[in-house]
Amino acid sequence: MNFWRRPGFWIPLAIVAVWGGVVLLVHQDLMRETAFILLMAVALASSLNILLGYTGYVSFGHIVFFGLGGYTGFYLLSVQGWSLIPAALCGGLLAAVVAGLVGAAVLRLRGAYFALATIGINEAARAFVSNFGPFGGPIGLSINFSAYQKYGGAGDALWYTFIFLWIITMVILLVSYLVKNSRFGLGLMAIREDEDAAMVMGVKAPRAKNITFMISAFFPGVIGTLYFFKNGNLEPGDAFQLNMSIEMLVMVMLGGIGTILGPMAGAVGYQWLRGYLLTSPIFKNLQLAFAGAILLLIILFVPAGAIGWVRHRFRRLQRVLE
Amino acid sequence: MLDQLVASLTDGILLGFVYGVAAMGLTLIWGVMEVINLAHGPVIALGMFGTYLLFTHLGLNPYLALIPVAGMGLLLGLVIYVIAVQRVINAPPLSSLLSTFAVNMIIIGVCTAIFSTSPQNINYSLGSLSVAFLNINYSRLIGALGAILVTAGLYSFLYFTRPGKAIRAVANNRAAAELMGIPSGQMLALTFGLGTMLAAVAGGLIATFFPFTILSGSPYELKSFVICVLGGLGNPLGALLGGLILGFLEGLIPAFLPVSWVPVLEFGLFVLVLLVRPTGLLGEPSK
Repeated sequence: MNFWRRPGFWIPLAIVAVWGGVVLLVHQDLMRETAFILLMAVALASSLNILLGYTGYVSFGHIVFFGLGGYTGFYLLSVQGWSLIPAALCGGLLAAVVAGLVGAAVLRLRGAYFALATIGINEAARAFVSNFGPFGGPIGLSINFSAYQKYGGAGDALWYTFIFLWIITMVILLVSYLVKNSRFGLGLMAIREDEDAAMVMGVKAPRAKNITFMISAFFPGVIGTLYFFKNGNLEPGDAFQLNMSIEMLVMVMLGGIGTILGPMAGAVGYQWLRGYLLTSPIFKNLQLAFAGAILLLIILFVPAGAIGWVRHRFRRLQRVLE
Repeated sequence: MLDQLVASLTDGILLGFVYGVAAMGLTLIWGVMEVINLAHGPVIALGMFGTYLLFTHLGLNPYLALIPVAGMGLLLGLVIYVIAVQRVINAPPLSSLLSTFAVNMIIIGVCTAIFSTSPQNINYSLGSLSVAFLNINYSRLIGALGAILVTAGLYSFLYFTRPGKAIRAVANNRAAAELMGIPSGQMLALTFGLGTMLAAVAGGLIATFFPFTILSGSPYELKSFVICVLGGLGNPLGALLGGLILGFLEGLIPAFLPVSWVPVLEFGLFVLVLLVRPTGLLGEPSK
């Protein structure tokens, strides 16, 4: 296990570990809320990156797994009275199963066709859930306040959720690293460069893509449950926002596609920028336009993202930043 | 029951013509440069607002207003192409998806600041035509007629004029077209302009049917995706056919199921067509 010695492995993990640790030590509600939003962005961007960065398949509607997992977990929590951890894991599992079934069909499509299909799946899922009785239809579900009592009141329940999210985020970073540095990951990157050539060379592309799609769908499902548990209610409109899906893509692009530290840096950078624009008196009304302009500049001029750019510019850092 | 069904089908199909125009813009751009224009929805919304502003502030007839709106749409498309698309045209699909989405954000952001998101309405009624039990709004009829005219215009442009033929050549094989002396860059820009022009015109026509906000473009953008895939990405006549099919379904489904099921079936069909026949109904069968 010599990768313990590699800085590319432990730098992202250490950052998240220390970050979450500090939040736990300071024990301040406002700080936890900020950290929750940021960690969630990091986790979602990193799990999308496992598919997008390594196989090059653009899942434009990845938020569908966040929504479906969230709905499943939330249903188990609020209607069936499960506790948080099994409910969240079930939410993730369902998302992974759906990804496996859908992926078996959709992953045959390439390039923009795949991207379009994922948009369609997200819209279909949103429309379906709005009509699905057990999930509350268009009104959605909300949690009974007494459900929080199990964890010692609402305040403690939120801390509990935060710790779970913190651990999941570290797991995602770990999985992302392991996939990238394995033989399996090498096959994925061969698919990204040239799928037909990879298949000729013996990469079992359909299976590899499908497994990757499932991995990258599992984590958003878990996080969806956590997020909606924290919020206390969920509606179809919140669960399947196409915009959030695109924000995830933006975070990955911003930080550096196919790297481990990149989606993390991109997620934090994007959320920080958004927060700044929303609160600054000059940009408040134009924050969306301004964010769009920045996105455009990055795509046009720094397509490798921040980490990718640094890696390209300072070759010595390539061994440190993965 | 049958009366109702016929009425709702007529309504749906007439609306389908206009959907077809919106989708034609998207499919034209895809066919020539393989770019999915995610700024399509906001341009449709801009077409609505253009018609609205010309009507309320200058008192222009909404149908006459379509002409300046079309001109503005063409110009806007050229600007978007030069700023956002040109540099990423040969990059992987993610780049052009995100760059056109960035344009989407900029348009929505600026227009929300100017117009806010409160609904607007073009207060211009032409009455309706009564045939037996049917009651058809004249605005729908004119919308469908306009859609047919636009399609005819686009086809005669693509098949009988030099720039149109050049666009088809570039779509067919960019390198070969360049060797024949066709300035492919200009043709791509022109195509993008035409695509957004069609979106703006469709927006203007829709504005005469329903109230709208600056965010109203996105449902039509999603419908356009469905329509393009139904008719075959890159095939303008297929887009019109796809539009009619979608309009027909929208008229048919509410007779059997609650209206809220319409999008489930629409997007389900969309994914199904992508899987079974990604080249669409009018496209070549996939190998």
